[in-house]
Amino acid sequence: MGEIIIQIDGREVAAREGMTILEAAQSAGIAIPTLCHHEKLEPYGACRICTVEIENRGRTRLVAACLYSVEKDLVVRTRSEKVDKIRKMILELLLAHAPDARELQGLAKEYGADKDRFEKESSFCILCGLCVRYCAEVKKKNAVGFVDRGTRREISFIPEIASKECWNCKECFPLCPTEALQAAYVFTEALISSSPSFELESEE
Amino acid sequence: MDNDSIDQIINKHQGKASSLIQVLMEIQDKNHWLPREVLEKVSEKLEVPFSRVLRIATFYKTFRLIPKGRHEIHICTGSACHVRGAQRVLDTVQDLTGIKPGETDLDLKFSLETVNCLGCCTLGPVMEIDGKTLGKITPAEIADELKKYD
Amino acid sequence: MARINSAAELEELRKDILSKRDPDQPWIAVCAGAGCLCLGNDRVISAFEEEIRKQSLEAKVGLRATGCHGFCEKGPIVVIYPEETCYLEVTPEDVPEIIAQTVIEKKVIDRLVYTDPNSGEKATHLSEIPFYRHQTRFLIGNNPKINPKSIDDYLAIGGYSALAKALFEMSPEQVLAEIKKADLRGRGGGGFPAGLKWETARKAPGEEKYVIVNAHEGEPGAFMDRALFTGNPHSVLEGLIIGAYAIGSHQGFIYTRHDTPQLRENIDIALAQAKEYGLLGENILGSGFNFNVEVHLDIGIFVSGESSALMRSIEGKAPEPRPKYIRTSVSGIWEKPSNLNNVETWANVPQIINKGSAWYGSIGTERSKGTKLISLSGKICNTGVVEVPMGTPLREIVYGIGGGIPNGKKLKAVHFGGPMGGSLPESLIDTPLDFDALAKLGAPMGAGAMLVMDEDTCMVDIARYFLDFLTGESCGKCVPCREGIRQMLKIITKITKGKGKEGDIELLEELAGAAREAALCALGRSAPNPFLSTLKYFRDEYEAHIKEKRCPALSCKELSASEGAKKNG
Repeated sequence: MGEIIIQIDGREVAAREGMTILEAAQSAGIAIPTLCHHEKLEPYGACRICTVEIENRGRTRLVAACLYSVEKDLVVRTRSEKVDKIRKMILELLLAHAPDARELQGLAKEYGADKDRFEKESSFCILCGLCVRYCAEVKKKNAVGFVDRGTRREISFIPEIASKECWNCKECFPLCPTEALQAAYVFTEALISSSPSFELESEE
Repeated sequence: MDNDSIDQIINKHQGKASSLIQVLMEIQDKNHWLPREVLEKVSEKLEVPFSRVLRIATFYKTFRLIPKGRHEIHICTGSACHVRGAQRVLDTVQDLTGIKPGETDLDLKFSLETVNCLGCCTLGPVMEIDGKTLGKITPAEIADELKKYD
Repeated sequence: MARINSAAELEELRKDILSKRDPDQPWIAVCAGAGCLCLGNDRVISAFEEEIRKQSLEAKVGLRATGCHGFCEKGPIVVIYPEETCYLEVTPEDVPEIIAQTVIEKKVIDRLVYTDPNSGEKATHLSEIPFYRHQTRFLIGNNPKINPKSIDDYLAIGGYSALAKALFEMSPEQVLAEIKKADLRGRGGGGFPAGLKWETARKAPGEEKYVIVNAHEGEPGAFMDRALFTGNPHSVLEGLIIGAYAIGSHQGFIYTRHDTPQLRENIDIALAQAKEYGLLGENILGSGFNFNVEVHLDIGIFVSGESSALMRSIEGKAPEPRPKYIRTSVSGIWEKPSNLNNVETWANVPQIINKGSAWYGSIGTERSKGTKLISLSGKICNTGVVEVPMGTPLREIVYGIGGGIPNGKKLKAVHFGGPMGGSLPESLIDTPLDFDALAKLGAPMGAGAMLVMDEDTCMVDIARYFLDFLTGESCGKCVPCREGIRQMLKIITKITKGKGKEGDIELLEELAGAAREAALCALGRSAPNPFLSTLKYFRDEYEAHIKEKRCPALSCKELSASEGAKKNG
């Protein structure tokens, strides 16, 4: 694989062909915030907090750093008025769901996001999909998945699988940027134990 | 729905995982809704994780995870019907049946759905009961129409 | 049916079909499009069948249930050939008289022909009716002439001659060059040049490539693709096969809706017939070119029409747009180069090959060529499917063809492109129908749904309507779209209920900006369009709702009630 020199925030960075902007930045110690990214998982591009400004062939545009592959003569700005404005808005939108999430609070401070900008709708989950994808891609268990669509999208444990797989795993818990995942699991667990058709492994 | 008819549909698609949507659609055509056991069965047969089957079944609004009523009401909420008062038609049907789009009443009499465009905008606002089109319907006429069904 | 093995055999078959048809023999075309079907044309068709049988006219009179004729407003529509006498709002009771008077006696029944509502003038023939007279119906105009279930009918009007020409007289490169020269732009919404897309797919590495017909038509108020595809499925199929030949693809997909059984049936029949004739499958027309087509039904939510989402659905996955920055024409279905065009785009291909790019280029404007199908609906006298040359002023569509606004009301705005489009005010009604002119004004053409609104339509409510539509029709994956739509809808709904406050417009603009700049797919990036365009041209309405708690159109329930009280008091 060839080496490509790109410019990030005025610094020359050597990147391997096929790398994303995010990977190139991380390798050079330049921080770009992420919420739905995980190095073990396929790029997902849902939270858009890693949006950066790029300039190439005379064109300036905004792209998701976790998805955009490096290319020759690429100029990247990880912070700009436009970028910061978008990140601030994304944080404010997410804080309406999970106002107490520590990861969001930290970023909110940095980008001046107001957690009370939008009416609270505490679903707690920000639908980053880390748990869903980790369970599918790394553990290959598919015990938790997305249901529904549009603004009604949610995560949901599958009791039949969760009752067998989750008790001894719970590896997705620390990935969650909010407390929603654990809550969903606890809820499912309660469902399982109250339903005669499911039995928890631990009770066997 | 019995296992044989499910097997038949799955076999028709050679058990291909990529036929998941088609399989669910054909099962629903026959059974009118998708019980959870059927989804489990499909997951097992097509070797698609159950969470993905559930994901697909909840992604599309046509798939129904609750039983359907004896009569299906469709209200077009396409843009042409909207500017011609579809919302008031929908409100009236909701008031009269006590159900919202996507729901079935407790007597299993009516199921209510909104649709985007039935392709007959000239008749807007349009309401359909069991496939019968009621064009240029006014909220005042709805109660009498619904009384015709039991 | 025997397999056709060469271009010469195709022409022989065509001659044979035509020789068995007497051009002077009367035949009756009854529109069986979606609109006429809702109006009860099935009873009209049965009445004709019965009357023909009763009078033993089977050998002398032809009867065809055809695709949509376009003039849905006056359905059920019946056209009697060879004179092309057009009868409107026909009932089963009219049928015996039509047979006796018009079919046999060649007399016109006055009460069934078109009467101009203003001048009282009658128009007997289809081409004289103002609704049709102002159109150029290259694509939809064949619908009344053919039975969509008969490939012979399509061959009789010259069908598949373009395919034969492409396969035997042109190289794939030449076909591609012709489409590029014609500057055919995608009819699905983006207006991207089809030739360039084809070229990308053709040049993309890999042996296996796919071509796809997008017949999803999820835009609310759009019904023209269904009308064309149901009424003339072979025209789309012929275009697809020619495209496959140019791109080097041997597998096609037709992605369509499950809720239109008529369309599905006609597609299935068309595919089976084309296969039997050797126009599809192995060694097409003896040319050595192989191509197969699979039909994929979708239950359709709006986002499934997005090209990468649609391809995920064909793979059997949830139709979420793919996040990667790579074109589907390079990496689409199962990561193979996949060229997607919509129904109308494909249907344009045969005529370009037959008549040439120069002919095609002579129609339309500088950068928008050919004709465009429009679904005309809303507060308009003549709802229907319309086809006009690109560049036609919108005024001509609304007044010349659409017959203006009913009930003596005033035109307020037209909306193009559904939830990804925008509204134009009455003052811009002389704008030409042109991809770029409309996009520049903030009302991109989209697939061609044109919604007409009068003074009783509230523009704030229209923006609310489209956002509400998207809450259940987007995938909900990325934050700027999902959460942006959620918050925008909340704020606009409050405004329509008289609970708007100072700063709401600015906050909406900020939300719109984030979705436009940072959403994952084209749907998300265009979701704010209806809001932005209504704000641009109807800001006063937003302000009246917010500051004066007043809905100028008296449409918002909560606000018009207080307005009514004021009026009474």
